[in-house]
Amino acid sequence: MDIYLPIAGLSVNALVIIGLGGLVGILTGMVGVGGGFLTTPILIFYGIPPAVAVASATTQITGTSISGVLAHRRRKGVDMQMGAVIIVGGILGSLAGGFLFRILQQGGQIDTVISILYVLLLGSIGLMMAKEAATALDILKPSKRSLERPARRHNPLIAVLPMRWRFYRSGLYISPLAPLGLGFLSGLLTVLLGIGGGFIMVPAMIYLLGMSAAVVVGTSLLQILFVTAATTIVHATTTRSVDIVLAGLLLLGSVIGAQYGAWFAQRLKPELLRMILAIVVLGVALRMGLQLGWRPEEIFTVQML
Amino acid sequence: MPDVSQRQVDIHYSFTGAELLLFGAIVYPDGRPPEGTDIAVVLKGPLEPIVVREKQKVAGIWMNVERVRFRSSPSFYAVASSRPLSQLVDERTAAIYELGLDNLQLSPGGGADAETLRRFENGFIDLRRRQQLFAEIPNGVEISEGVLYRARITIPARVPVGTYTAETFLIRDGRVIAGAAREIEIDKFGFERFIADAAEDHSLAYGITAVALSLMLGWGASAAFRRRYA
Repeated sequence: MDIYLPIAGLSVNALVIIGLGGLVGILTGMVGVGGGFLTTPILIFYGIPPAVAVASATTQITGTSISGVLAHRRRKGVDMQMGAVIIVGGILGSLAGGFLFRILQQGGQIDTVISILYVLLLGSIGLMMAKEAATALDILKPSKRSLERPARRHNPLIAVLPMRWRFYRSGLYISPLAPLGLGFLSGLLTVLLGIGGGFIMVPAMIYLLGMSAAVVVGTSLLQILFVTAATTIVHATTTRSVDIVLAGLLLLGSVIGAQYGAWFAQRLKPELLRMILAIVVLGVALRMGLQLGWRPEEIFTVQML
Repeated sequence: MPDVSQRQVDIHYSFTGAELLLFGAIVYPDGRPPEGTDIAVVLKGPLEPIVVREKQKVAGIWMNVERVRFRSSPSFYAVASSRPLSQLVDERTAAIYELGLDNLQLSPGGGADAETLRRFENGFIDLRRRQQLFAEIPNGVEISEGVLYRARITIPARVPVGTYTAETFLIRDGRVIAGAAREIEIDKFGFERFIADAAEDHSLAYGITAVALSLMLGWGASAAFRRRYA
């Protein structure tokens, strides 16, 4: 069933895209990540122009995060105050990112920059996750350093920031500049890479900010919801690469897949899940890295002025 | 001198594109159709400035390196003829009347040497041809009784809208002996066109629609599943 994507400018098999959305959705439901970091590279492998892949994956993440936010809110797992600060940072970041994206697009380098950022980000995070999961599964011995180092409540870099606020739900008394900066970074990455940034924000919220674990995932999802929505608007108005047909097909698959993923998650060991995710992430990073070195199908590209 | 007319243009729009049919007649002053008269019809879309980039391997990575600007690239170009163009006209005539993909006047910007320019032009035309935006249709014109002709050109859905020009050339013994031209409005067609235009002309509303769509689908699916498994 071929369908023409009006913004991407090519025909794709609708079932393949829905199936891809479904697979990413299952993973989302299983592990609780947005899945943008998988959708975007796979779309690029499939031949969708990187700029369109990034922008449309962002739109898809908005859809997959809404149900999570609602579920966490019912369980009081969202720190609205902290969320608001991160969202403000995120929207500023996405505006700055939109500007940067446009400059790179005009210079003709956006595709290469997206690929390189992906290889670096996925490679390092995949390795970290694989190591952590292997330790938990007793495949690797924990390193001495991590055993000796005492757990610190606050990161010293964050403790020195001025103007402290109380965040009751998160159980924190820290400067709002720290979550603001974190939000800015994730907004920037959302625009450039089409990821929600959950897999960066969640560890950062736990280890850097020291937020209470009960509100981390819900607050991160809230931030993802708002920042991806804002990013979709930024992409729609500046780069004009949001393909609503592509996003719709992905969503169709992923919202249903996520429901089944949640069902799977209750029947598998969490360490095993994280190991699977780590392997998938490393595989995508490797494939993306190889693609940079392969001769592309199209040597010439055209840009309207 | 014989003359040529363009009597009628029909455009049939469909989901994936459009088909343009151009009818006309060859008029001979003495009323007798001589042998060896051919017709070529050129349909050209609005001109636009473009940048063409070429990927090269730099430090093991394929990335855009060189670029050439062209000031007047037709957004669509198709030439239909009653016989292959190479049998109809010589190179000089083809160049004068911009007949054939090798004779497009793209007006390149300065700064590139002749060899680079040729490489970029060939790469660009090849890309456009595979996108079906540039086409040579060697037997796309039928001439019946030596008098009436009919040209058929297919237009993919991705062409830009605007004012196109259709030129008909009457060719005999390698020379263009008469011509007729008219403007044709190509309108929006198909669902894809509608989406592409919305994204371009009403980008804010388009973005808000995209967000609303994704929120609705996400919320709808989770609500539907909660009811089933609650």
